[in-house]
Amino acid sequence: MADVTITRTGLPAEAGQVSSLQRLMRRKSTIAFIMTLPLLLVIFTLVAYPAFYSLHLATLNKSMVRFVGLGNFEFLFGRETFWLVVYQSCLFAVTAVIFKAIIGFTVAHFVHNIPSKGQRKWRGMLLVPWVIPPAMSTLAWLWLFDPSYSAFNWLLAHVGVAPVSWTGNTHWARFSVILVNIWVGAPFFMIMYLAALKSVPEQLYEASEIDGANWWQRIWYITLPMMRNIISITALFSLIVTFANFDIVRVLTGGGPLDSTHLFATWAFRVGIESGDIPLGACVSLFMVPILAVAATLILRDIGKRGNEA
Amino acid sequence: MADTALATGAPTRALKYGSIAKDRRWALRLSYFFLTLFAIFFLMPPIYMFITSLKTSAEISAETNPWWVFNPTLANYIELLTQDTYLIFFRNSAMVSVIVVTISMLISVFAAFALARMRFWGSTLLATGVFLTYLIPETLLFIPLFKMMAMVRDATGIELMNNWWTMIILYPTLTVPFCTWIMIGYFASIPKELDEAALIDGATWIQTLTKIFIPVALPGIIAATIFAFTVSWAQFLYPLAFTTSTDQLVLPVGIITTLIKGDVFNWGQIMTGALLGAAPPLIIYAFLMDYYIAGLTAGATKG
Repeated sequence: MADVTITRTGLPAEAGQVSSLQRLMRRKSTIAFIMTLPLLLVIFTLVAYPAFYSLHLATLNKSMVRFVGLGNFEFLFGRETFWLVVYQSCLFAVTAVIFKAIIGFTVAHFVHNIPSKGQRKWRGMLLVPWVIPPAMSTLAWLWLFDPSYSAFNWLLAHVGVAPVSWTGNTHWARFSVILVNIWVGAPFFMIMYLAALKSVPEQLYEASEIDGANWWQRIWYITLPMMRNIISITALFSLIVTFANFDIVRVLTGGGPLDSTHLFATWAFRVGIESGDIPLGACVSLFMVPILAVAATLILRDIGKRGNEA
Repeated sequence: MADTALATGAPTRALKYGSIAKDRRWALRLSYFFLTLFAIFFLMPPIYMFITSLKTSAEISAETNPWWVFNPTLANYIELLTQDTYLIFFRNSAMVSVIVVTISMLISVFAAFALARMRFWGSTLLATGVFLTYLIPETLLFIPLFKMMAMVRDATGIELMNNWWTMIILYPTLTVPFCTWIMIGYFASIPKELDEAALIDGATWIQTLTKIFIPVALPGIIAATIFAFTVSWAQFLYPLAFTTSTDQLVLPVGIITTLIKGDVFNWGQIMTGALLGAAPPLIIYAFLMDYYIAGLTAGATKG
């Protein structure tokens, strides 16, 4: 429709004495191209180019002068730490996303349940973890987990539980990084689900109440199906962010103890930047691509579906 | 507070649902109970930060109740705010964030307008591309970027490494795609008749953008601005990888690398520094919560 109007308004101008350059500058596509040019520059030079460049980097040797093909990948497959990182990354991302989704859904439900006057206040309080920069809030957790002055252990001591070595023991360290990630991410799920809950028509619940449905049946047969799209988009989106997480693990454990909490991102940093083996680091970070690609494809499909429904 | 809300909330519920009022009341009490539990979980770390920031080093290492301040003092705040290094971190962070927000909003508003309204060859593909770019995490890009900086230095002699302004070049990769994406959503929701009327009246595309789209989509612009600010203020990986000298660091990295000296953790100051560092996004959030939440949900619900 816009096309019609532009040719109409454009015609008289063309009839007048205008140079071809001016005409070109007045054409819609030229203006549009100029408007998107900065965006294209950012995307191509700082995102697309580095992404493909890391593919090239991954095939070089440590001093980046010799092509080694898949040599870096072979080397990684032979290292025990690598498989530890694969295991921990998957465990971390899957567990954290599941718990974030469950907690987010539960909290959203409780917020939705109370009179709407108080909802804003509660929602505001519950979103605070998402607002604080994760590197800084993780410092607070690091202090709460401190080996000698842990405030949690102080509380535990009062109920007679022996002090827990939160970041020193492999299992507890894994638990701690996941816990902090849940703490940071659950509010995001809560907000998304709350928005989705509000869009479920109230009549459906009234009808089910008359039919004698209990609260569980209402959730299972009405709420969840109505929110399916938002649930999957939020979970997939969070899967990407969690899988690629860096800040929390870096600040809380630095990958320790004994590399047991390293994720792809933190290990890539350790190998690529701190140990100076850039190709191997690039190689490690490339292992994030398959999961990201799958999640991104699914998100695009869901968002497309959503567009058709509306 | 919760009790008063409960008391006022109960009668309306009773009126509305008649016989099942009792069930409702219990559901409400349960909701408040669990919400309180979750609120404690969610707010505990920042509150503990605040508690620790008011303590002296002696009290922190004492065997007293860590959840209470016995001798509150502002010494940590005073010491930190009179220290040059912390103020430099704060200045660097503020400069980077403000400039990055300005750049990203300029880029994304123009691009989103072109993508949402001026259909041209490849515009839908590009819109999808923008969204995909948003899904690429910075953890995938920092290593090739590290190498690219060395390449730029060899080619042009410009040293990008260890300069705070390098962040101004890098951060837009994190903010621009999402800002553009949500602005496309906001612009697309503006009725076509509005800009058609303007075009018929002889407005140029730029006039349509500045006189109609920007004023109408102002809530979206505020939401995108808040997002860009929060992201650039919180970014940790890029400054950690690309800056090292004390005078070039931004807040998150600065606190972690300078206040932690070897194995000695000065927790009072670390918590004060982290709390002050978290303050700008928190203050913005406190005043513009609705815009903040609109921006959060827009990513998946619009476009």
